Amino acid sequence: MIIRKMLVASVAIACVAGPVSALADTSGKKIALSNNYAGNSWRQAMLTSWDKITKDAVSKKIVAAADPFTTAENQATEQAAQIQNMILQGYDAIVINAASPTALNGAIKEACSAGITVVSFDGIVTEPCAWRIAVDFKAMGESQVEYLAKKMPKGGNLLEIRGLAGVSVDDEIHAGIQAGVQKNPQFKVVGAVNGDWAQDVAQRAVAGILPSLPEIAAVVTQGGDGYGAAQAFAAAKRPTPTIVMGNREDELVWWKSQKDKDGYETMSVSIAPGVSTLAFWVAQQILDGKQVKKDLVVPFLRIDQANLETNLAGTQKGGVANVEYSLEDAQKVISSTK
Amino acid sequence: MKISSGTIRLIIPAASLALLLAAVFYMQPRAMSYTGLNLLFNLAVPIALATVAQMLIMAVNDLDLSMGTFVSFCACVAATFLQSSPAIGVLILLGAIAAYAAIGVVIHIRELPSIVVTLGMSFVWGGLAVLILPSPGGEAPGWTRWLMTSRPPFVPMAIVASVVIAVVTHFLIMRSSVGVLIRGVGGNVRSVERAGWSVIRIRAGTYALAGFFAVLSGIALVGLTTSADANIALRYTLLSIAGVILGGGEFVGGKVSPIGAVIGALTLTLAGSFLSFMRISPDWQIGAQGAILIVVLALRLFLNRLEKREKSR
Repeated sequence: MIIRKMLVASVAIACVAGPVSALADTSGKKIALSNNYAGNSWRQAMLTSWDKITKDAVSKKIVAAADPFTTAENQATEQAAQIQNMILQGYDAIVINAASPTALNGAIKEACSAGITVVSFDGIVTEPCAWRIAVDFKAMGESQVEYLAKKMPKGGNLLEIRGLAGVSVDDEIHAGIQAGVQKNPQFKVVGAVNGDWAQDVAQRAVAGILPSLPEIAAVVTQGGDGYGAAQAFAAAKRPTPTIVMGNREDELVWWKSQKDKDGYETMSVSIAPGVSTLAFWVAQQILDGKQVKKDLVVPFLRIDQANLETNLAGTQKGGVANVEYSLEDAQKVISSTK
Repeated sequence: MKISSGTIRLIIPAASLALLLAAVFYMQPRAMSYTGLNLLFNLAVPIALATVAQMLIMAVNDLDLSMGTFVSFCACVAATFLQSSPAIGVLILLGAIAAYAAIGVVIHIRELPSIVVTLGMSFVWGGLAVLILPSPGGEAPGWTRWLMTSRPPFVPMAIVASVVIAVVTHFLIMRSSVGVLIRGVGGNVRSVERAGWSVIRIRAGTYALAGFFAVLSGIALVGLTTSADANIALRYTLLSIAGVILGGGEFVGGKVSPIGAVIGALTLTLAGSFLSFMRISPDWQIGAQGAILIVVLALRLFLNRLEKREKSR
């Protein structure tokens, strides 16, 4: 009852104070990051970016705290408990990379009804009271085919490497690639394997399917699997097709070495791990009293032949090409979706 | 005054739960409220139900490695069929309980190790869950949502549910003749057989009862999360086993404690929150959770030894 009274009181105060000062001060606000997994290079880069940007924000007194929490086992029920703990710890906003788009909805509803701002990114949630920062994965898949159509107007056979079965991101990128192939019928997908976004898995899967395939003009991928595919083609002594890369450091290094050797051309596309920092600024802006649409779209990070070297130079060994977002970037994203 | 060994078995889990709760209250006074307690414990309700199911299987000296996938499967059914066409949903869930009874029969007749059979079944349940719900979604039936988020006066839902589960299963397993038979199969199959009981029926019944509690666990989970995911409850396999052991149960011998199992499930849930409030890095959290388990088990071993020394005197 006390909490309910406090909520009513704070709503009342907000209503009274609202018109006078549209912008609240966020220097006393606490933001938490609820992350479901930290076991690959992309997630590590995401956490590093969060650390770097939020430490700076805390030292400049933009927010009081921005603590990252990662669940140990990548399980939805565990993350739901983690979110409920964050409610108890009194955070004002929770930024989430979710283990499941739906299984956390109950916990998120609890958070919303306790007056907490919830912003999800990358692994987004469907609960209507939360904000979503999504990547247009479908467009990402489509852009691969469009690039190939420009590069080889005559078309040819495609090999598709998919991600982890049953994950929504995999479905969306796949749908984008299908849409792209439909628009460019000179391309034909002659084989598909699951690479699980991991080089070793992709290499095994591609090596397994290669003997049964005709000549491959290009490989469309989901990121984290291009280098493994290249290795499989080399081991089978087949000509290297145009393999679309996914911004991983090993992929970019391989691309660079091929480019230096015989002018190999491709492109690379993926979501930047720094999107966690964009989510942080969006949460800060919402706490600041800004009107923000519930669904925001973040552009994906694309690397082309021309800017390969600059991107490679900025990528850590074993990491992922990255951009970190500033407050201004966040404001731009917010205003562009209005 | 003589304390029975059953009470001693209960003292340690109850004491460790109280200790953890005190530590959580000290670190996070906000938790000491109606809403706080509910937030701390509501996700423990489905775990407690799964733990009771696992405890039943362990009472007949078996182990169920498919608990997590089975609860996930039930959650998927609850979020799809049970919501859209309740009759079909109920039929599917009854079929699943019947399948559990059949597993019990197969394990008994062919004298198969339950670990192998249930490990195999875990892939079957996992596959069925993905078939029913290929991508996360579905919607919880209104009544489960209402039940799990209802706000009874004075005591939060999570506590009421835990107490109800503990009391009902206590009477079912410790006080009823059916319960005696189930534990008897775990303790001494031959004597139960010689007394003229059909062990195969008891085993089938036990498995069906375990399936029933696992179904309840899936429904309760969906009531909390509002929608399902084919991988939603994979953790429950290990959590349920740990909960039974933590609550004073044993792997063999039909020695189980329903109240202890529920307390064990609550303790495990609370341990997670405790570590999170302590700001322990995730790399260490699994290890710390293991450490808590080992400490409690060591304490119990110590008390067991005391108990034995008393008896031999």
